[in-house]
Amino acid sequence: MKVLMFGWEFPPHISGGLGTACYGLVKGLVHHKQDIIFVVPKLWGDEEPLADFVNASDVVIDYRERKFKKIWKNLTYLEVSSFLVPYLGPDEFKKYTDYAIHDRTDVDESVFSNKFEFSGKYGKDLMKEVSRYALVAAQIAKSKEHDVIHAHDWLAYPAGIAAKEISGKPLVAHIHATEFDRSGETVNQPVYDIERAGMQAADHVVAVSHLTRKIVIEKYGVHPDKVSVLHNAVLDSSIIKSDVRKKVPEKIVTFLGRITFQKGPEYFVEAAKKVIDRDPNVRFVMAGSGDLLNKMIERVAELGMGTKFHFTGFLKGKDVDDMYAISDVYVMPSVSEPFGIAPLEAVRHNTPVIISKQSGVAEVLRNAIKVDFWDVDAMADAIFGLLHYDSISKMFRELGSEELKKLKWEHVAAKLVTVYDKLHKEQP
Amino acid sequence: MRTICFYFQVHQPFRIKPYRFFDIGDDHYYWDDYSNKSIIRKVAQKCYLPMNALLLDMVNHYKGKFKVSFSISGVCLDQFEAFAPDVLESFQRLVATGYVELLNETDAHALCSLTSKTEFNRMVEGHRAKIKRLFNGYEPKVFRNTELIYSDKIGAMVAELGFEGILTEGAKHILGWKSPNFVYQNSIDPNLKILLKNFQLSDDIAFRFSNKTWSDYPLTTDKFVKWINAIPQEQEVLNLFMDYETFGEHQWAETGIFDFMKYLPEAVFRHTDFGFSTPTEVVRGAKPVSKINVPVPISWADEERDLTAWLGNDLQNEAFTKLYEMEAKVKKIDDPEIQRDWNYLQTSDHFYYMCTKFFSDGAVHSYFSHYETPYDAFINYMNVLSDFILRVKIKEKELEALE
Repeated sequence: MKVLMFGWEFPPHISGGLGTACYGLVKGLVHHKQDIIFVVPKLWGDEEPLADFVNASDVVIDYRERKFKKIWKNLTYLEVSSFLVPYLGPDEFKKYTDYAIHDRTDVDESVFSNKFEFSGKYGKDLMKEVSRYALVAAQIAKSKEHDVIHAHDWLAYPAGIAAKEISGKPLVAHIHATEFDRSGETVNQPVYDIERAGMQAADHVVAVSHLTRKIVIEKYGVHPDKVSVLHNAVLDSSIIKSDVRKKVPEKIVTFLGRITFQKGPEYFVEAAKKVIDRDPNVRFVMAGSGDLLNKMIERVAELGMGTKFHFTGFLKGKDVDDMYAISDVYVMPSVSEPFGIAPLEAVRHNTPVIISKQSGVAEVLRNAIKVDFWDVDAMADAIFGLLHYDSISKMFRELGSEELKKLKWEHVAAKLVTVYDKLHKEQP
Repeated sequence: MRTICFYFQVHQPFRIKPYRFFDIGDDHYYWDDYSNKSIIRKVAQKCYLPMNALLLDMVNHYKGKFKVSFSISGVCLDQFEAFAPDVLESFQRLVATGYVELLNETDAHALCSLTSKTEFNRMVEGHRAKIKRLFNGYEPKVFRNTELIYSDKIGAMVAELGFEGILTEGAKHILGWKSPNFVYQNSIDPNLKILLKNFQLSDDIAFRFSNKTWSDYPLTTDKFVKWINAIPQEQEVLNLFMDYETFGEHQWAETGIFDFMKYLPEAVFRHTDFGFSTPTEVVRGAKPVSKINVPVPISWADEERDLTAWLGNDLQNEAFTKLYEMEAKVKKIDDPEIQRDWNYLQTSDHFYYMCTKFFSDGAVHSYFSHYETPYDAFINYMNVLSDFILRVKIKEKELEALE
C-alpha cells in the first residue's frame, strides 16, 4: 500500500510528542512493507530515510489548475485568525514567536508566489502555514501516486482534505490530541472547526486512546463505527541503566511535563503537602515550564514546603534522563491526556509511576497506580505507599518493564494496515 | 549651631550563583564569586574610589568643619578584603582623619532584628569586631539597622547593647505633624537617641538629582541651600541619609553629582547657619524633644516605609521562616563554612529579590535584582537553603555521634 502521510514535524526536529509518535508509526509501517510518502512543512535533511520525504517548502504549485483555485478559496478564511497557537501557553507562545520571527529570514510571503517557505513551527503565522500546507498537499496529491491518505492532528487536516479532494483516495484522520485536551472547556473555535471538518471528511478516524475516542464521538459528533483506537507504543522498551546517583538522602517524587492546565500540576502540589505532613523525608520536584509555573511556586511557598519542593525549570536531553533516574516515584496527574508517553519513559528508568485515570496511557499500562486527577488524597496515599512499601515498587519495576516490551510500534502499525486494507477495498 | 548630618550606606550582598536542584547535596559553594567581584570592581571605579578621594579632599580642605558618616556592612567589608583592598584602604584613610564616623550594623546586613535577639546581638558584635580589626581599633557609638528598620523593641535591644543613638526613617505615618529635624528618644529606653532621615531633602539628592521630569531639575547647591534655609529656625538637625552608591552609580558622574557634593559645604557655610556633624556629635550635642512611638517596624523602603519589600509575600515569608528555623542548630556547629554561609544567607537582599510588589512595573526593584523574576530568585534561594539544611543535619549527626 502506498500511503500519503501529512505530519507537522519529524525527528530530530520536534517540539512535542507528535513528531515522536509519527516516527514510531512510520517505522512500524515500514516494518510491514508499506510505502510511505511523508510530507512535512519543512525538512531539515537529517531525518532518518524511512520514507519518501517531501518538503512542502519545495513544492511548486500550479495555480492554473482549476481544482486548486477552489481549494484556495475554501482556505482563505484560515488566514484571518493567525494568532492561534495550539499546544502552547502564553509564555511559550512568546518564546516561539520570537524564535519564529528570528528564524524566518528568507520567507517569501507573496500570495502569488508559487512556492511557500514554511517555518514548520508553532509560530504566529500558524494558521497561514496550515492553509498554505493544504494547497501544497493538493499539488502533491496530484503528482504523487498513492492509495490512502493519512493526516496527523489538526494542523494537517486541511492538507488531508485537500489531497482527498484531488485524488479521491480514502482519508484517515489521526487524533493525537484534541482542542478539549489542550484548553479544557474554553476551546479555540477555529481550531475546533478544523478538527471537526477533518474528522467529518475522513473515511476513518484513529484515536490514540479510548478516552480520546470518546471525545471524538461526543464532542465532534463522529459516528462510533468510524472511530478506532490505536494506542501509542515505545520505540525502545529496553531498561535504561543510569550511573547518575542522587545526592540527597531523601526519596524523590517527580512531576515532569509542561506546567499547564492540561497536566494538572496543582494536584501534584496539593498531594505533596499531604505526603510531607506525614513524612518529611521526601523531596518533590516539578520539572518543566508553563503558564502555571509562578502560580505553583506561590502555592508551594504558601504551604510552607519550599525546602522540600523544588522547581528545575525546563529540562532537556540528559537532564530529563537524569531526572527520571534519580526519581523514586513519577506522577502524571493530567486532567486530560489523550495518551501521555512520559510514564512509559519513567518505566524504562525503573521508576514506579502514578498516573491519572484521565490519561490514555492508563489503558495500556497495568503496572501503575491509577488515581483520579482531582483525588489528591488518593494521590498522596499512592505516593506514600510506593515510597514506603518496597514490595509494590519492586513488583512494578519487574512487571512494568515486561509490559513495556509488548508496546511495540510494529503491533500498532499492523492494526493500522488492516484499517488501510479495509478502506482500500471499500473504495468504489 | 544648627547642623547637617550625612550618613552614607555602603553595602553589597554576596549574590548566590545559579544553583540547580541537581546541585543539592553535591555542591556546597553557593556564592557567585565572578559577579560579586565584577560588581564590586565596577562600583569601586564608578563610586567608591572617586567619591572617597573627593571626600578625603573635602575633609582635609575644611579642616574638621566638614564631616560625614558611613555604615559599611560586614558582608561588604568581606568583599572589599577579597576583591577590593584598594577601596578598603581608602575608607581606612578617611576614618583615620578623625572626621569620618563609622556606624555599627548587623554584620550580614540581615533582618534578624525582626526575629531573634540572640542572633541580632551576635551579628552586631560580629560587625563591631570586624570594624575594630579593620579600622585600627575603632569603636562605633551609634547604630543603624538594616534598611533603617526600627521599632520601639529594636531600639530597646540596641540601647541594651550600649549604643547612644540609632538612625531611622522619618516616616510620615510615625511622625504625623512632628518634624524629622529634631533628636528624639526611644519610648522604652529614653537613653537611646533617635536620628530621623529627612526623606524629602535626602531623596532630592539620592533619587531626584538627575530626573529631568522633576520640576526642580537641575538641582544646584544654590537651590539646595535655599531649601535648607527654609527649615524653621528652631529645627536643629538635618539628617541626610542615603546609599553611598548614589554618587557615581545611581547618579552617574555625568549628572554632576560629584561637583554638587564638592561645592555644597561652601554654599552651606556661606548662605546658612548650618554646620556639619557626625551622628555621635548630634546625639551628644542636641537636646531630645520627645519620645517617639513606633510599635510596628518601619524602614526606609518604598512609599509604604514598611517591611513589605522583604517580608511581604508568601515566597519571602517561607524563605525567611525556613532560614531562621535553623538558628538553634547552626549555633551548635563549630564549622567556619557553615557559619559563613549562615551569615551570608541572612542578607536582606536575598529576600528583596523575591518581592512581587512591583512585579508589573518593577523599576526600582528590578534595578537592584539580577534575577529575571522574583520566582527565579525564590527557587534559587530555596535550592541553596535546602542544601544548607542538609549540611547542618549531617553535622548535627556527627555531633550526636560524639556525645
